[in-house]
Amino acid sequence: MGAEKTLIFGATSAIAQQTARLLAARGAELFLVGRSADKLGAIAADLKVRGAAQVFARTADLDRASEHDAILDEAARRLGRIERVLIAHGVLGEQSAAERDFTQVERIFHTNCASTLSLLTRVAQRMSEQGSGTIAVITSVAADRGRPSNYVYGASKAAVSVFLQGLRARLHRRGVRVLELKPGPVDTPMTAHMEKSWAFSRPEVIAAGIVRAFDGRRDVVYLPWFWRWIMWGIRAMPDRIFNRLTL
Amino acid sequence: MRGEQYQSWGRFPRARHRVCRLWWRHEAREIGRLEGPLLAYGRGRSYGDVCLNDGGTVLDTRGLDRLACFDAGSGRLRCEAGVTLEELLRIFVPRGWFLPVVPGTKFVTLGGAIANDIHGKNHHRAGTFGCHVVQLELVRSSGERIVCTPERNAELFRATIGGLGLTGLITWAEIQLKPIPSRAIAVETIRFANLDEFFEISAQSDREFEYTVAWVDCAARGSSLGRGLFMRGNHADAGQRAPRQSRAIPIVFDFPQLVLNRWSMKLFNALYYRKQWPERKSTVVDFDSFFFPLDRLLDWNRIYGRRGLLQYQCVVPHGHDGRAVLRQLLETISAAGLFSFLAVLKVFGNLSSPGLMSFPRPGVTLALDFPAGPGVMALLARLDRVVAAAGGAVYPAKDARMAAADFQHFYPQWERLDALRDPKFSSSFWRRVTAPI
Ligand SMILES: Cc1cc2nc3c(=O)[nH]c(=O)nc-3n(C[C@H](O)[C@H](O)[C@H](O)COP(=O)(O)OP(=O)(O)OC[C@H]3O[C@@H](n4cnc5c(N)ncnc54)[C@H](O)[C@@H]3O)c2cc1C
Ligand SMILES: NC(=O)c1ccc[n+]([C@@H]2O[C@H](COP(=O)([O-])OP(=O)(O)OC[C@H]3O[C@@H](n4cnc5c(N)ncnc54)[C@H](OP(=O)(O)O)[C@@H]3O)[C@@H](O)[C@H]2O)c1
Repeated sequence: MGAEKTLIFGATSAIAQQTARLLAARGAELFLVGRSADKLGAIAADLKVRGAAQVFARTADLDRASEHDAILDEAARRLGRIERVLIAHGVLGEQSAAERDFTQVERIFHTNCASTLSLLTRVAQRMSEQGSGTIAVITSVAADRGRPSNYVYGASKAAVSVFLQGLRARLHRRGVRVLELKPGPVDTPMTAHMEKSWAFSRPEVIAAGIVRAFDGRRDVVYLPWFWRWIMWGIRAMPDRIFNRLTL
Repeated sequence: MRGEQYQSWGRFPRARHRVCRLWWRHEAREIGRLEGPLLAYGRGRSYGDVCLNDGGTVLDTRGLDRLACFDAGSGRLRCEAGVTLEELLRIFVPRGWFLPVVPGTKFVTLGGAIANDIHGKNHHRAGTFGCHVVQLELVRSSGERIVCTPERNAELFRATIGGLGLTGLITWAEIQLKPIPSRAIAVETIRFANLDEFFEISAQSDREFEYTVAWVDCAARGSSLGRGLFMRGNHADAGQRAPRQSRAIPIVFDFPQLVLNRWSMKLFNALYYRKQWPERKSTVVDFDSFFFPLDRLLDWNRIYGRRGLLQYQCVVPHGHDGRAVLRQLLETISAAGLFSFLAVLKVFGNLSSPGLMSFPRPGVTLALDFPAGPGVMALLARLDRVVAAAGGAVYPAKDARMAAADFQHFYPQWERLDALRDPKFSSSFWRRVTAPI
């Protein structure tokens, strides 16, 4: 499995960390991007002990799209070339606040959607020129149908989802793979305030699915797999019924 | 978040907590802002209430699971305190390194291993886990971060090893791993007919084997009192191979009460003793099956049903009267007609731990488990009398019921720990055993 060269945005996310550990155990070369130097330092040290061939890190607030090119330049320089990109950063936001205050909606869209589209545009350009590579983005099952409890977040992910569909078709001919990862609820800091039910998965489980998806052939992956069928059911539900449910 | 899932392995007593999940060691300094009393929680593999803090806040350390550095020359490993021994073994055994001490389950954290100063089958050679801790960082509710070593902040170091989580939060520690030639263990199992035979085999084995432990049939009486199986092993030479343990089987529901009764226990004990064992049998097995046979049944505590289980582990000093005391303990148990599935005997060595409050001391240790219930409470109280009279002690990591007076008698140094305790830290156990007597 050679030294996989992987660039991870939002590397301090619980899901991204677990994914990086699995890649490190295979001897990968990793470039991590996150907001906090303390967190990145702890993660980089961990990944080295776990077997990563090389770990580089750079702090950046990904909301600042103007820095994106500089990050990509540095990653390309350090890694030699970028074979894989994982975009994992995101915010859940506060649905009830967003219902009353559009600036909250904007913030959620800025981080989950605009910053991601900026990264995708730039990475796509580079990989298209390179003629190879895999771009993976973590969206969510929430993108499949707007629900009262989190439609702002869901919409910010749905926009990315549609963007990815087009990008996938566009880059298909260029030998670049575009992967969408759709986890159900995961027990991470993002959901720390929520009561944990059967529906929650551990980030280790999601990470194993992400690595399998990188190695596999399916381009849109639900994690764990059963969410594909649950969401199929939820999408198929008539509005009459859906609108009465509290989801 | 409600903390219903934060229970101990015995699931007795039950506790209610507020919960704070810790995700980053550098953020741990903020624990002082939480509503107290506070207590770190590893994986709840303690049987009783040392990991419980009823009405208080538990600090869930699961997210502190990062490795920090490893020196492949010396075998020194530094990592965060929420890392499990299972994970460390998974990473380091293939590289030829083993943990210096392992308990009977690998699903415990580094922090828990230090706070209970755990012991294993190699106590006669290696002492306790705490003997292999090089340094650790303690975060106190004041926000202070204190690096402790046997030389620096030595008193706090000693109090934290076996300190039952009371001196503050351990964020990371550095331990010494040991090199191994292979992942297999060469094991011999020997049948013994009574306690005298046990002591004889034990003395001989402790010289030649790194790991020794015995299982006793605690339903046997009279001349078979103390019969059992002695297991001893060494790391097998390089190149020796053994099949890996198959996947663990989860126990997904609580068994009804009637599954475990005195008849099923008696039958189990009799069958286990007879179990195809010849006088002596040699095999080579994977380390997982040797050290952690119970881990094959995930959540096996559920077999004991909703009422939970009580463990009892004591140590009594060596010598002729030591044997007599052990005999008295076993007689008391079989006379009560209450049997334990897994009664374990081991002779502790003389290596002393740096820990102020450590349980292991020279002598012989006996561990038993019982379904919780009033008859068992009365029996265990009788055992306490025997242990106390013999100058022994009971293991806090497995206790849910010893009387405050007994605890203070077993651990007269407890007041020193109380003085070094983080004023905002406490546990259900500590409140129970330090109650005025
Ligand atoms: C099947 C089985 C077999 C066992 N065999 C043995 C054995 O052979 N030998 C033996 O000695 N024990 C044995 N034990 C007991 C077990 O090893 C100990 O109870 C161990 O401490 C549990 O670790 P834990 O991570 O689950 O900690 P918990 O049970 O969650 O906590 C234990 C104590 O550690 C403290 N603690 C945990 N993390 C931290 C931290 N980061 N900072 C400060 N304090 C902390 C807690 O406050 C608590 O006081 C066994 C248990 C089981 C279930
Ligand atoms: N948890 C779930 O239930 C769930 C379900 C489906 C999809 N997802 C998605 O999975 C991904 C990972 O989330 P997670 O569950 O692992 O939660 P997490 O641990 O809270 O991770 C979110 C990460 O995003 C980072 N981030 C947020 N804004 C950023 C910015 N402007 N610049 C840089 N980094 C930023 C955060 O950085 P800091 O560490 O600096 O705060 C954090 O590391 C997210 O895209 C999330 O939407 C999660």
